[in-house]
Amino acid sequence: MRASDIHKIDVAHVARLARLDLTTDEAALFQEQLARVLEYAEKLRAPDTSGMDSAVEGDTLDVLREDEPRPWFTAEEALSNAPRQANDLFVVPKVVE
Amino acid sequence: MKLSDLPALNVAELRELLRAREVSAREVVEALRERIAEIDPAIHAYLSLDLEEALKQAENVDLDLPLGGVPIAFKDIISMAGQPCTCASNILRNYRATYDATVVERLKKAGAITFGKTNLDEFAMGSSTENSSAGPTHNPWDITRVPGGSSGGSAAAVSADQAFAALGTDTGGSVRQPAAFSGVVGLKPSYGRVSRFGLVAFASSLDQAGTLTKTVRDAALLLNAIAGPDARDSTCLANSVPDYAENLDRELRGLRLGLPKEYMTDGIDSQVRAAINAAIAHFESSGVEIVEVSLPHTEYAVATYYMIASAEASANLARFDGVRYGHRAEGPRDLLDLYGRTREEGFGAEVKRRVILGTYVLSAGYYDEYYNRAQKVRRLIRQDFAEVFSKVDALISPTTPESAFRLGERSADPLRMYLADVFTIPASLAGICGISVPCGFARTEEGTELPIGLQLLGKPLDEARILSIAHGYEQGTDWHKRKPRLAPKLQVPSSKIQT
Repeated sequence: MRASDIHKIDVAHVARLARLDLTTDEAALFQEQLARVLEYAEKLRAPDTSGMDSAVEGDTLDVLREDEPRPWFTAEEALSNAPRQANDLFVVPKVVE
Repeated sequence: MKLSDLPALNVAELRELLRAREVSAREVVEALRERIAEIDPAIHAYLSLDLEEALKQAENVDLDLPLGGVPIAFKDIISMAGQPCTCASNILRNYRATYDATVVERLKKAGAITFGKTNLDEFAMGSSTENSSAGPTHNPWDITRVPGGSSGGSAAAVSADQAFAALGTDTGGSVRQPAAFSGVVGLKPSYGRVSRFGLVAFASSLDQAGTLTKTVRDAALLLNAIAGPDARDSTCLANSVPDYAENLDRELRGLRLGLPKEYMTDGIDSQVRAAINAAIAHFESSGVEIVEVSLPHTEYAVATYYMIASAEASANLARFDGVRYGHRAEGPRDLLDLYGRTREEGFGAEVKRRVILGTYVLSAGYYDEYYNRAQKVRRLIRQDFAEVFSKVDALISPTTPESAFRLGERSADPLRMYLADVFTIPASLAGICGISVPCGFARTEEGTELPIGLQLLGKPLDEARILSIAHGYEQGTDWHKRKPRLAPKLQVPSSKIQT
């Protein structure tokens, strides 16, 4: 893969993946700014990382607690910031016909 | 002592008066209220205040507790039951937290009084506190300049005596860098030393709560209250917590401090370099051996950080979708339209940029190229630190390459803004602890004086040692005693900062 290909983020596509409706102006601005950030990130190719674990895998620990019931939010508390609610539920646009 | 003199005190001094019942907690809150009313219009350190609630707490507080009666400010990314937690974002403009973060709960248990939430870069993404939906905070030393960020409101509040102490969060330098720019002490504990429960998540493998205080002793007093295991944060470490304040007065003589040669490059401002060299000379005259060391992968840290932090942010910020809390777009066509427009309307530019970058580096075909590669380089950066810590007790460096820059100066150039964190990011990637203490002043062309920060970095969970070294340095110098000259009713320059 050539560097020039890599730096060409398809911002519109990525924005769809991120569920973020950018304006055309924003998409164009980010396209240019992020190309520079990714060009800067090219330097990460230089260090020798062969035989190096990814830091994600190395540090992941499974920490489990006892599955015991305990007091937590009431429905009222959980819904206290809801933009729309009814019958102790969050209301969203219809997703099934 | 006049009540109007109270806000200038540090936590330890205030505690003396409270313990001796020479002032009441109520008087302290009243004095702070006056000070904020007078100063904050020019600084804009606070996003919300609840002084009525603070007065209620003051009536019932036990003044014999370690922090009994001491008001403490919180960065507005830390949850406090019933209070706003906006993260300086329009998406959480009307949100109120339903529970206390562990750090809030513990400080209250130690007798602290909660009264206000401080400004920040939106979701802690930034180095200047300009990326705030509520507008920027001004540096108390020069209100045409930034206080640093992202915990800029907390740093400026402490610097301007509008808070006795404050909590912030540090993901890549967000406590240490504003501490340096604003002339206060900023402590970032090791990853896992302090619970993250109740902190709105930015980059979960990096985020850590830290303290902004007037002295090193105050940092130790706050850390005593907030450190330690928490069943509600599985990354919070079980290791026992020493009494950091009791262990401050240790001999400097005989210590070995490493000076990373990669941190003293040509890119450092000459006045910052001179201040660090003077600090080094001070340590040497105190019997400390300074040895040059190498952290060979330093130059990769900023790029590594922006890949990893943005990736984690894009995942963490997926929760802001307009369904359960926060802003919701009007009249959505369907669920995807609701998500897409809610997030477009609710997030500011820098947050969007990082969500896009993070989504991209995690997306199919690019994960190995960027994210996984960055995680491997992160290992190399950690190894660098592990190696030097086998030879030295702690590391010494500038906190930032330059002192505070002007408002608006870097807003249009994200990459240049990112490079302000070049000396603080590596420690965050390695999960080690660090502290910034005032070590001098730079004179600007206009004749104003700007604080300079000295950074000390320690091994994981070696907070007691860096605190004692920083305390030893502070006791031998008087930089921390200087205060910004703040005239009442300062004129705030009309700001045209785009967020």
